[in-house]
Amino acid sequence: MNIVPFIIFAVIKIALALFVLLTAVAYTVWLERKVVGRIQNRWGPTRVGPFGLLQPAADGVKFIFKEDLTPPHVYKPLYIAAPIIAVVFALTSIALIPVGNDVTVLGYTIPLQIADVNIGLLIVLGITSLGVYGIALSGWSSNSKYSLLGGLRASAQMISYEIALGLSLVGVLILAGSLSLREIVEAQSGHFFGFIPNWNIFHGLQIVGFFVYIMAAYAETNRIPFDLPEAETELVAGYHTEYSAMKFAMFFMAEYANMITVACLASLLFLGGWSGPVVGPPIVRALLPVLWFSLRIFIFLFIYIWVRGTLPRFRYDQLMSFGWKFLLPLAIANLVITALVVVLVN
Amino acid sequence: MISVHLIIFLIFGAVCVAGAINLLAQTHPINSALSLVVVMGALAVEYLLLGAEFVAAVQVIVYAGAIMVLFVFVIMLLNAGKEERTKGGSYVAMIVGIPGMLAGSVLVAWVLLTHSGTNSVAAGALPGSPTQLAPLLFHEFLLPFEVTSILVLVAIMGAVVLASHPNADQKKEKA
Repeated sequence: MNIVPFIIFAVIKIALALFVLLTAVAYTVWLERKVVGRIQNRWGPTRVGPFGLLQPAADGVKFIFKEDLTPPHVYKPLYIAAPIIAVVFALTSIALIPVGNDVTVLGYTIPLQIADVNIGLLIVLGITSLGVYGIALSGWSSNSKYSLLGGLRASAQMISYEIALGLSLVGVLILAGSLSLREIVEAQSGHFFGFIPNWNIFHGLQIVGFFVYIMAAYAETNRIPFDLPEAETELVAGYHTEYSAMKFAMFFMAEYANMITVACLASLLFLGGWSGPVVGPPIVRALLPVLWFSLRIFIFLFIYIWVRGTLPRFRYDQLMSFGWKFLLPLAIANLVITALVVVLVN
Repeated sequence: MISVHLIIFLIFGAVCVAGAINLLAQTHPINSALSLVVVMGALAVEYLLLGAEFVAAVQVIVYAGAIMVLFVFVIMLLNAGKEERTKGGSYVAMIVGIPGMLAGSVLVAWVLLTHSGTNSVAAGALPGSPTQLAPLLFHEFLLPFEVTSILVLVAIMGAVVLASHPNADQKKEKA
């Protein structure tokens, strides 16, 4: 492909990905308020638009027009930089996520992915591991004890669970023999026994890895039952206690964008990515995989919300011992067994 | 011949050096730690440009994403304040130290470039993909690799021994 159409398509893809991601973030918040509302036998947002569908737009306007308070005695450079760091790293990782097969537009073959990198998975892990700075620095620079405690908890929790998270993915990498997200998905195409899809969770017996990944991912995104960094009963709001208006909204966006990244990775690595029945005319054939991929992400986000409406919060020592004494050994055992099986079968 | 790779390499080299100087110049430990994160990130880009993509990713994940987070964590936990500078002597250090350091690094560079028998590495020349790196780590250099892991393990155990007080009652009395 020439450089000019490449750049044009790249810019279009980046704009589209950002638009879709930010819209998805806004409507995940809406979905969460609706579903948690129904779990608690209330309606959730109903006033703004039909079914409260315009609530995210109203919230956005509110965030923009609210007074942007900067408390005295904060360390200003980092206080301002922290939400930017959090949201930038949360939004960047979407660039590595493939959402479907190649499509042909105007004679050009375009991969549905902003950057197809041969070490894509590692880069996603690298970017998400840098996201912790936003939370840690916001906690420290706010100069408030609740923020500091929230930031400390968050950094300790995220470092601890990153190890289990990384190890849970190695089994998938052994099976696929590649770090490219696209190749990992392609390795999972087809069926075995005629009808069971070749997904890693079934065919590669990575159900244990999947379990570890989901648990660690919930902790990495600071969601219930691992939302100790913002435990409101003890820490007010944790690391973002001192933030208001759009700066607070940036932490919010970062959290939901991270949830979506986690859901994308889970679908790509364990659930066959965008595989699914594809029929119909070419345009439908090109877009159906994207629909299957989005459906998996929706299910993941729904489970996230469902868990939030159902489970209580862990104690901090329970959180740490769960991560180090249960998830980590389980991930290592899964890794060893997968490696042994692959060596013996080949 | 100046390629785009070389220009980007030089830019990130400059970022790296600037981050390192900023690390020394800052008085607050958290600013120094963040400068070190910038150095790590710039180094990762340099590795990437040399073709060592796996090392670049590991540099970001391990150094910038885990070890430096621990640094920041410790600084936050201790709530370390501003560095106390000793008065006087710093001018002498500047006058003698900076030229001395420059002369030393030029000497080291000269020795490396003339006596090691290798020329500078071209962009993208290093074998850096995980499939090329794995046989090196787990076959050719297995023993050094394992010895290094054991060394790190010993250091961790030493840290645990130093940090744990066998007689906690004494500590309480002192406090």
